Amino acid sequence: MSDALAPAIRIAATRRVTEEAPLTRYLLIGVAVAFLGLFLLLPLAVVFTEALTKGAGAFFATFDEPDARAAIRLTLLVAAIVVPLNAVFGICAAWAISKFSFPGKSVLITLIDLPFSVSPVVSGLVYVLVFGSQGLLGPTLSSHGIQIVFAIPGIVLATIFVTFPFVARELIPLMQEQGTVEEEAALTLGASGFRTFLTVTLPNIKWGLLYGVLLANARAMGEFGAVSVVSGHIRGLTNTIPLQVEILYNEYNIVSAFALASLLAGLALVTLGIKTLLEWRYAGQIAGRRRH
Amino acid sequence: MLSVSITRRGLGAAIAFVAGVSLLVDSLVIDSSAQAATALLNVSYDPTRELYKAINPAFIADWKAKTGETIEIQASHAGSGAQARAVIDGLSADVVTLALAADIDAIVSKTGKVAADWQKKLPNNASPYTSTIVFLVRKGNPKKIKNWDDLAKPGVAVVTPNPKTSGGARWNYLGAWGYGLEKFKGDEAKTKDFVKAIYKNAPVLDTGARGSTITFAQRGLGDVLIAWENEAFLASEEFGKDKFEIVVPPVSVLAEPPVAVVDGNVDAKGTRKVAEAYLNFLYTPAAQAIIAKNYYRPAHPEFAAKEDLKRLPKLQLFTVDQIFGGWAKAQKTHFADGGVFDDIQKQ
Amino acid sequence: MSASTQIVKRKARSFPAPSVIPGFRATFGFTLFYLSLVVLFPLSMLVIRASELGLAGLYGVAVEPRVAAALRTSFFISFAAAAIDVVFGLVTAWVLTRYEFPGRRFLDAIVDLPFALPTAVAGIALAALYAPNGWLGEPLADYDIKIAFTRWGILVALVFVGLPFVVRTVQPLLAEIDVELEEASATLGASRAHTVWRVLLPPILPALLTGFALAFARSVGEYGSVIFIAGNLAYISEIAPLLIIVKLEQFDYAGATGIATIMLAISFAVLLAINLIQAWSQKRFGHV
Repeated sequence: MSDALAPAIRIAATRRVTEEAPLTRYLLIGVAVAFLGLFLLLPLAVVFTEALTKGAGAFFATFDEPDARAAIRLTLLVAAIVVPLNAVFGICAAWAISKFSFPGKSVLITLIDLPFSVSPVVSGLVYVLVFGSQGLLGPTLSSHGIQIVFAIPGIVLATIFVTFPFVARELIPLMQEQGTVEEEAALTLGASGFRTFLTVTLPNIKWGLLYGVLLANARAMGEFGAVSVVSGHIRGLTNTIPLQVEILYNEYNIVSAFALASLLAGLALVTLGIKTLLEWRYAGQIAGRRRH
Repeated sequence: MLSVSITRRGLGAAIAFVAGVSLLVDSLVIDSSAQAATALLNVSYDPTRELYKAINPAFIADWKAKTGETIEIQASHAGSGAQARAVIDGLSADVVTLALAADIDAIVSKTGKVAADWQKKLPNNASPYTSTIVFLVRKGNPKKIKNWDDLAKPGVAVVTPNPKTSGGARWNYLGAWGYGLEKFKGDEAKTKDFVKAIYKNAPVLDTGARGSTITFAQRGLGDVLIAWENEAFLASEEFGKDKFEIVVPPVSVLAEPPVAVVDGNVDAKGTRKVAEAYLNFLYTPAAQAIIAKNYYRPAHPEFAAKEDLKRLPKLQLFTVDQIFGGWAKAQKTHFADGGVFDDIQKQ
Repeated sequence: MSASTQIVKRKARSFPAPSVIPGFRATFGFTLFYLSLVVLFPLSMLVIRASELGLAGLYGVAVEPRVAAALRTSFFISFAAAAIDVVFGLVTAWVLTRYEFPGRRFLDAIVDLPFALPTAVAGIALAALYAPNGWLGEPLADYDIKIAFTRWGILVALVFVGLPFVVRTVQPLLAEIDVELEEASATLGASRAHTVWRVLLPPILPALLTGFALAFARSVGEYGSVIFIAGNLAYISEIAPLLIIVKLEQFDYAGATGIATIMLAISFAVLLAINLIQAWSQKRFGHV
């Protein structure tokens, strides 16, 4: 599981003896390029092309719509709450798991991984089961005037769920790799625990942390299935960008739908750009030497 | 130590950034909610997006003129069944304006948040407008579709949404069923085979009426779209009249989309007065004219513009009460789990 | 609290194993608390609601023809998609690690696109691409090939979603394979194909399997990118997550939680399988 999101460690080596015939090589490169082009690049190109079919004016007009603005605001708000929370959780979990040995560790890791493999629809559903009017806590909460699902708290919770493992999963292998020697040295020299974390551990994991935060952020801003179940789809109030994309799409406003979608696609590209840069620049500090 | 100071600065910057963003966002959020003292949430079905976009400003102006209060109307649109489910699960709708009575009945029976006699509280069975089901075909009508029979012919691809989730789809289904009953002189078995043949021709069942329209009009799938009359007009307007033709079958179902105040929610929020005024407003001359303009059949045609009414064709309409003995019964027989529709879908 | 008192305490309970590193209680406690609050508590609600059905009821949900059809659709197509991802993911990983060519770094970056691109955006983009009037859909329609709104559409979406899992699991291994093994094999007279097949592939097999399982697990639950391009036709192109939504919208909570529980159990099983593969690989090859 840990290697799922692992960056590649590339060895730019030329191995003449152990290389395929040029023809095979070109064929394989051709296959890979064609496959990635067809399945990844073409859909991406469609987003931007469709967004611009009616020119830049129509494209930018999308972002003047109050509902679209509200969706962008809500998406930023949700990410601003969710990402720091999950980052703090990720650091804590990685600290507990990587710096100590205790029984049941692998069970804990598996549980942290669980949201990765739960269908987004189920992630939304469970919160409806807990906080909905027919749910366990819903009636009590609503009698106190607290609304969770079909309001912003529900969207935040569902987003926390789907982005739950990202930071932890990035940090755990990295911190396991780095061991405890440096921290022990700092502690021996009299530094406090928190100071040790700030001055010794954090510098070692900062790029890995950033990397996990980036992935969590992209997913938080783009989550559709889980949020769709708990949102209530109230215009200008509980629609995130992906939900607003669906609404615009359903209002025959294809250009605006793709324009708003291109915002998320742009975010995805920026994420990938920074990620590539980080991998290239700080490969060692992101992945450590992975556990192969 | 250099790296330490960088990290500290970086951490400080990160915290400041996050704090800044959340402050900014907070101020924006508070801002928008502070604008309107009262917000009314109208939870509606798929094709009424354009209708309520036109009606809401009219009501807001009307309410302001009468009371001096500025209100805000929030709208939520999705498949009718999906919307009823959301209200049941706690979406705090002040009013529901759904595609069919059965969905509001579901809110009554599952939560009691709507009074059981809701349909008696407003005129015309609480339906400020009616509509019917027609066909949208591609220009020139290449498959020569004129009537419900033609939908069952082999080689005709029919686009219609899923009756399990879409209110409009249930009207479509009942339209076909009602026609079949008439054609086969009340023979249920033959009618079932007929309706089954139509659904065999459906390559896709979207979850909402709007999804089906997109599939047919935007994505180019299918030969005929069974749709709300208003939806068919809107689609041909949106995508160009040169692309589609509306075919009106000689007989179809009279669709009565009803509206109701969600008593449980308005009493909790203190919005009853404005919610009731909103629904009553739908019956006023101003709203009825907007309704006709948006291709619905107004409850009071006398208030509508003549040219708007002229667009709506005359056809023989049967009601659900006449043919199916009311919505509760139709829902149970045809659309509940293990009902006729489930049977039809089995291969 | 000073480090030394903590050590004493921990020695007494020996959970965790003794260490001079502080902060176990705080971080472990917070981890457990947050995990329970956000993940375990809501998920257990699901299990509780489903347990009201009982095992027999759960079985009843699973064999209901429409549910069974949706589960079959989800499983078979996810399986096929994961298999396609394994083949092309392996080729992609191979090309990206072994060859230098212009645009390699760009391709390498773009592999992660399905991680970063919101599924709804991917969904409408794929639907636009493969619809009968789309860039690819139109030429294909001339040959009477329909992708969008059929099972093939689901397959395309799931291949998209699962690809990075395979590539990113296999890639680091390919990069680290001991070149001496290949040289030895070549020296002993094995053909290149033979070397690839007998020397290079076996050690990365566990990674391929893990990648397959990850892609599969993700695909089974995928919703956003699929619903726009699948026909959503009961018995044919309706996926299990969509059926959960459909059941909810029919007010059938038992059915919805039933399907959700079945899918949750499967997620567990897949995660378990991945762990087993990794444990086996650790033993067999000394790496994961």
